[in-house]
Amino acid sequence: MTAKVSYGSVEAGTELPAQSFPVTRATLVQYAGASGDFNPIHWNERFAREVGLPDVIAHGMFTMAEAIRVVTDWAGDPGAVVDYGVRFTKPVVVPDDDKGALIEVSGKVAAKLDDNLVRVDLVAMCDGKKVLGMSRAVVRLA
Amino acid sequence: MALDQSFVGRTYPPTPAYEVGREKIREFAEAVGDTHPAYVDAEAARALGHADVIAPPTFVFSITYRAAGEVVQDPQLGLDYSRVVHGDQKFSYVRPVRAGDRLTVTSTIEGIKSLAGNDILDVRGDVHDEAGELVVTTLMKLVARAAEEA
Repeated sequence: MTAKVSYGSVEAGTELPAQSFPVTRATLVQYAGASGDFNPIHWNERFAREVGLPDVIAHGMFTMAEAIRVVTDWAGDPGAVVDYGVRFTKPVVVPDDDKGALIEVSGKVAAKLDDNLVRVDLVAMCDGKKVLGMSRAVVRLA
Repeated sequence: MALDQSFVGRTYPPTPAYEVGREKIREFAEAVGDTHPAYVDAEAARALGHADVIAPPTFVFSITYRAAGEVVQDPQLGLDYSRVVHGDQKFSYVRPVRAGDRLTVTSTIEGIKSLAGNDILDVRGDVHDEAGELVVTTLMKLVARAAEEA
């Protein structure tokens, strides 16, 4: 594991570069294929509405995969992530248009731990709503 | 209907080995739009100290979720899968998953709770490599929403 950020260079409160991740219906079809999660709520509007959703929603695991990129891109080595957890609080609704939805992720160092580890708290928003809660990663810095 | 508490602690037999393919890792990384070279370029992965290309952090969920299917669909447990939503997800890594790994998953029911008519099920997945070493532990919280009053 070779993170490019040194433990000594960060402190509690250090902000990570924020990123935005667009998601369209095509993105969800591609993710369904790659992940093997073909639940129709992620691609079939008729089905999604039948089960009480406003529209097709993104896979929670897709959002989780995007959010950690703020940490892995910052740390430089995806293998430096030691722990990662989220709570799925609100769905990411993906309309059937060219624009889709936008997941906006920011993160900051919440605490410095032992052994060059830091805890990063992430915030993931879509359409002004928090889509992940308790979103935290522990990463080993250089 | 509340789930049977006696299932807490129950461990299911390990799954057959899943072989992690480099093209599967590439496909997953492309699907989440992640262009990090360590996922596709063995040289770049080695420069970071990994033996081969590694998988993005959440890649292993596809494997542990499939393994948990046995728990979720255990007719004796009686979870109403049509009402299930994914509540929480956690990963604790010993090392990153990499191409060539042959991974087995052992699923354990960590907890069963009933809250306001919702059934809450915690399933742990212990993922081991061919040498029997622990690679990652996953925790998945599923919530089966209470059936609406007719």
